[in-house]
Amino acid sequence: MFVTSAYAQEAAPAAAEGDTHAGTAVPAAEHEAFPPFDAKTFPSQILWLVITFGLFYLFLKRVVMPRLGGIIDVRNDRIAQDLDHAARLKGEADAAVAAYEQELAEAKVNANKIGQQANDAAKAQAEGTRKKLEAELEKKLGEAEASIASIKAKAMKEVGTIAEDTTSAIVEALVGGKTDKAEIAAAVKSASQ
Amino acid sequence: MAADKVDPIHQFQIHPIIPLHIGGYDVSFTNSSLFMVVTIVLASAFLYMSTASRALIPGRLQSVSEMAYEFVGNMLRDAAGKQGMQFFPLVFSLFMFVLVANLIGLFPYFFTVTSHIIVTFTLAILVIGTVLVYGFAKHGFGFLKLFVPHGVPGYLLPLVVAIEIISFVSRPVSLSVRLFANMLAGHITLKVFSGFVVSLSAFGAVGIAGSVLPLAMAVALSALELLVAFLQAYVFAVLTCMYLNDALHPSH
Repeated sequence: MFVTSAYAQEAAPAAAEGDTHAGTAVPAAEHEAFPPFDAKTFPSQILWLVITFGLFYLFLKRVVMPRLGGIIDVRNDRIAQDLDHAARLKGEADAAVAAYEQELAEAKVNANKIGQQANDAAKAQAEGTRKKLEAELEKKLGEAEASIASIKAKAMKEVGTIAEDTTSAIVEALVGGKTDKAEIAAAVKSASQ
Repeated sequence: MAADKVDPIHQFQIHPIIPLHIGGYDVSFTNSSLFMVVTIVLASAFLYMSTASRALIPGRLQSVSEMAYEFVGNMLRDAAGKQGMQFFPLVFSLFMFVLVANLIGLFPYFFTVTSHIIVTFTLAILVIGTVLVYGFAKHGFGFLKLFVPHGVPGYLLPLVVAIEIISFVSRPVSLSVRLFANMLAGHITLKVFSGFVVSLSAFGAVGIAGSVLPLAMAVALSALELLVAFLQAYVFAVLTCMYLNDALHPSH
């Protein structure tokens, strides 16, 4: 019923206009209303716009936008997470550098200390060795001096004997005859003094 | 009809594809309806498929979808604040619908859905209707403070309120006419210049040589229309955001 009446409506205008203004019917049919202002098309356009835009709205709201929002959120989370991670790693790296530098400083101090100790020990040992050597040399010097003194005394004693012998031989040769040993010894003694 | 070839209005004609009549109204599935369907199918398919991989590092197509999403999101947040984000699906669908409809209309022989006042007006009424319904639901009669700016002297108040009401009522008109008129005028101009190319070419060698000028013009206009297609979708979305801001914060 609807269809037929509407059909009739659509088909009617040309006939109706033809009836009322027979003269203008043909140009009116060719020169229809400017399409955007043709109210006959409004119900169809509104209905289909509501249907299509409604579906579009629902599809975007239910499917597309949660997905797009999810993608962007996940990315932002990921970036924030990566930045956190990077910051943590940087902190760890800084701590490691600080620890390394501290250890280095400690090691330097230790090395200095060990070096100093070794130096001191070496000095002390050298000093000890030197002193022992000096003492030994001193002792040897004393012994040598003593030995020289004894040799000198002995030699001096033998000089007396040689002088007595020589004197007696000279006296015998010059005077002849026997000589008194005691007399000669006294003479040598007085002459050598 | 041969005359249709150069008739710049012909492209806006609506003819039924599947005749349909309900309750005495002609609600046939027309070429306009067909291109509405094409618009939403293309837009939905693009948004759906480009984001199908949900890549952490987006490809080109996914970047386009994300850019559109963030572009509209930032627009709405700037205009209406964080509260306005509840209207994000509405603004995003409006923006995508108008943009894709405008862009599809640029193809030769394709129908431009947004070149019909009733379509843009329905969308504008949807926006203003949302503003009114949400405004009164949220603020009750406090929503009427929208028409009473602060700091206006008492004797000027009736005049100012009248102006505010007129400006509010004219919003759906300006919103719809701006988009409709831009698309209509652009397509008529494009068609007229393209028509010159065809008509001039009919006059032999001289005509063909002369038709270079309107051809260059048609090329330049196509570029301009591409810009207008985007710009008008943007303007429509921005104004929607600002009107929604009124619904959220009626006191100036």
